[in-house]
Amino acid sequence: MSDLFTVAIITATLASGIRLAVPFLLASLGEAVGQRAGVLNLGVEGVMLIGAYAAYYTSLESGSAAFGLLMGLVVGFAMGLVYAFITVVMHAEQGISGIGIYLFGLGFTDLLFQKQVGTPKKANKLEVKPPDWLVENTGRAGELLFSHTVLIYVAFLLVPIVYWLMTKTTFGLNVRAVGENPQAADTLGVSVNGVRTAAILFGNTMAGLAGAALALEIGFFQQNLTAGRGFIAIALVYFGAWRPVGVMSGALLFGIVSSTVVTLQVHGVISGSVSSIAHMAPAVLTVIVLVVVSRRIGQPAALTKPFTRDG
Amino acid sequence: MVPLAAVVAALAVGAVLLGVFGANPITGYRALFTGAFGGPDELAATTLKSIPLMLVGVGICIAFRTGVINIGGEGQIIMGAILATLVALALPDVPRPILVPLVMVAGAVGGGIWGAIPGALKAYSGVNEILSTIMMNIIAGFFMSFLLEDWLIEPGAIRIQQTKRLTQNADLPILPGGTRLHLGILVALIVAFLGYLLLFRSSLGLRLRAVGHNPHASRAAGMKVELSITQALAFSGACAGIAGAVLVFGSESHRLIGEGGPLAFTQSAGFNGIVTALFGGLHPLFTVLSSYLFGGMLAGGISLQRAVQVPQALVIALNGVVVVFVVGSLLLRARVQRWAEGDVQMEGRA
Amino acid sequence: MKPQLAFRLLFALLAVFALAAAGCGNDDDAPEAEPAAPFRVAVVAPSASNDLAFTQSMFDAVNVLVEDGQIDEFAITDGTFIVEDAGAAIRGYASEGYDLVIAHGSQYGGPLQEIAPDFPNTSFAWGTAVETFGLPNVYSYSVRSDLGGYVNGVVAAQLTDSGVIGVIGPLEVGDAKLYVDGFATGARTQNPDVDVNIVYTGSFSDVALAAEAAESHISAGADVLTGSAQMVVGATGVAQDNDVLWFGTQANQTALGEDIVVASQVYRWEVVLAQVVDQVKAGTLGGETFIMTFEGGGLDIQFNDAMSIPAAVLDSAQATIDGLSDGSISTGQ
Repeated sequence: MSDLFTVAIITATLASGIRLAVPFLLASLGEAVGQRAGVLNLGVEGVMLIGAYAAYYTSLESGSAAFGLLMGLVVGFAMGLVYAFITVVMHAEQGISGIGIYLFGLGFTDLLFQKQVGTPKKANKLEVKPPDWLVENTGRAGELLFSHTVLIYVAFLLVPIVYWLMTKTTFGLNVRAVGENPQAADTLGVSVNGVRTAAILFGNTMAGLAGAALALEIGFFQQNLTAGRGFIAIALVYFGAWRPVGVMSGALLFGIVSSTVVTLQVHGVISGSVSSIAHMAPAVLTVIVLVVVSRRIGQPAALTKPFTRDG
Repeated sequence: MVPLAAVVAALAVGAVLLGVFGANPITGYRALFTGAFGGPDELAATTLKSIPLMLVGVGICIAFRTGVINIGGEGQIIMGAILATLVALALPDVPRPILVPLVMVAGAVGGGIWGAIPGALKAYSGVNEILSTIMMNIIAGFFMSFLLEDWLIEPGAIRIQQTKRLTQNADLPILPGGTRLHLGILVALIVAFLGYLLLFRSSLGLRLRAVGHNPHASRAAGMKVELSITQALAFSGACAGIAGAVLVFGSESHRLIGEGGPLAFTQSAGFNGIVTALFGGLHPLFTVLSSYLFGGMLAGGISLQRAVQVPQALVIALNGVVVVFVVGSLLLRARVQRWAEGDVQMEGRA
Repeated sequence: MKPQLAFRLLFALLAVFALAAAGCGNDDDAPEAEPAAPFRVAVVAPSASNDLAFTQSMFDAVNVLVEDGQIDEFAITDGTFIVEDAGAAIRGYASEGYDLVIAHGSQYGGPLQEIAPDFPNTSFAWGTAVETFGLPNVYSYSVRSDLGGYVNGVVAAQLTDSGVIGVIGPLEVGDAKLYVDGFATGARTQNPDVDVNIVYTGSFSDVALAAEAAESHISAGADVLTGSAQMVVGATGVAQDNDVLWFGTQANQTALGEDIVVASQVYRWEVVLAQVVDQVKAGTLGGETFIMTFEGGGLDIQFNDAMSIPAAVLDSAQATIDGLSDGSISTGQ
């Protein structure tokens, strides 16, 4: 137990937590933008699975993880088109549509996996990393910061980019206007459905990317690979109060607590069935932190409400 | 009829999926239908599948009409089942006419508490209920896992995640008629009717709906908005908790089974109940009907899978396609527009 | 709120279901009493038939007997993780006249106990389990996965340089716990100083967390890893990247990493199944429990030929297998 608090173990645990945080972060950033525009997507888990499978299968067949990554983005975008059609054009109830997409993604990817791949095979991982000399010359900090694959840096780089997008650009302004008061935005000449479609496309592409990141980090696919991460990503949007930095904090909290539980097991602090209790920790802490911080920030006023001119 | 076209379109997509797997779609769909509605046993199987959907769905009606989104049905089912199981383990010798209602009440209490927590967190601490209910699902899943790994696991050489067979005094009685249909359907219908009375024929329901309609106006009118939100999620959770108790005491195994993960026990009713409630127009009685149809899809899916030898994944994907297509159809559009006009608002606190 | 609208929607749905069925007719299709009376077997299983684990081990076994000509017809309903659905599928196959219905999941015992008495002329096999409920038409089967775990542990303890071994399991139950406990016992018997660190990830499907568990083991010094259940594929990938040895169970996992997989414990259910089929054909429909061990070949340790494993280690593995078979070694289970 005393050897638990060594720099090496803490560094490894934090690095593991950062890796675990990435799928949450990517999916959550996308969902936050969608919700800002007034669209709730409960189907994130399904889109993540589809993105993960597309990336995995493409990488397996072509041998190129980069091509796989591209396919993850493409199918995410395609699912965005579907979701935009259902919710923006057809005005379907967003809660049901999302659950439908979740079920579809869960079943369809499992089906394709069984049909096309069968038994688990390892696909190429995306192994673009910072140069070795950077890690070697920076000690523990280097191991923590520079030992990851490229998508992890992309994910964290997207935090300021999304922040900039939402606060400093016309697009961001329009997204927020459309989510808070679509009627007023419409009167001002903003295309409510256009902006919402763009936000949905962004959100779903990010969910596809999150799935691809998950699959290409490990090089495998399995039925229900995401294991509930899409739903957690939705929850983290609320944790972060629709703000990129808040979302990132939530993703890191969840990831690092998860990796800490694993570390404690490796070092024998937690064992046996108590592990199941310990696995509750990320969920419990997320709620507790939110109660303590208690940011009373309202959600976008028009969330889940389809837009009609006469409404 | 647009929904008709939507279902036909969904079935067409499904036919393509079946065809890709080398299965005959006609044989498959015939098995789907006959497996769901083809005879007394099949109708009973459909009914059994629909009971948890009805119960969760009624709870969803109450929550959503109060303006609270309850994604926590899964966790509430589990906690209801756990408390009901504990009662049955503690009081095995209580006579059946007393114990059966008692375990149902225990289910309601377990689920109700698991609903009231996120309700209170939302009302008094401003924690968004979508976040807290998703997290409460995770916590409940691991809690069940722990109990069935440890305290409640059936003693024996093969350590699998289930309790021993629970006392026969808590078995839900099989209804006459020669099928496997049990008392759970009456429980579900009674809860649906009570849900209807609560929402539309009581002053409490009036307050809940007023809060759902416009929390600010309700507060201005002197209503305790915080209390209403907590009550709504507690009721909602209680309905799901009863579903959990029915899943334990109405099952053929007559025990709590955690093997295969939380979804294997809940049968995803916590999510599917949201679908049936919204299809039922957030009205408890129509939710009963839509749950029955959804139950038919689930029961028929098992027959389809067996008849044409396709993986279960195909049936899940098909369910998703049907849900998406039907919800996307125009007839619902009219209703959703009315929601947008203020019949039902799913807005949180500003 | 206009309830009529909702009602019309529901009615429309019902109408479509009716239409779909009307176009298909309604005749019964149970094929019965064919001339050669083919022997028909059905399997109901909780995960995918190609999971490289529990379900596939049975799927492959039935196919072996199909190729041998002992089984003429084979149907499977896989992915049936909901126990009530498994009950429906078991009942369905029995009513369609299958000769042998295999309920391949410990958790299927509850429904089976209710169903089997309704079909006295159908034989049922249930596993992994060790009881038959006293029913004359139920066989049960199980496997001592702790035995293979023990052997893997003995070998692993000889191959570790660091003296640290990492184990990854899903939950502390069933087959996984049996394997993990056997492995840890075997490893410590070989070398009392070896550290066997165990992580239960809490999930059968979370491949990413299994991968992180492997990372964590390796950063704690482990140079040999093993694990049980479907999600361990993630860990094998990490093992390969770090040149860490891997021991598999439930299926031969050599294909997951030819340069790191040392040995796999393999279940050969066809050994038990062949006996069951013979007995059913001879008219005995159940009442017996089969437990697979190394004796009889139901349990097997398959080494990876591509790895150069010292002969002394291979010899000790064989000695351990012999010892476990003749009772001179016990796994403590």
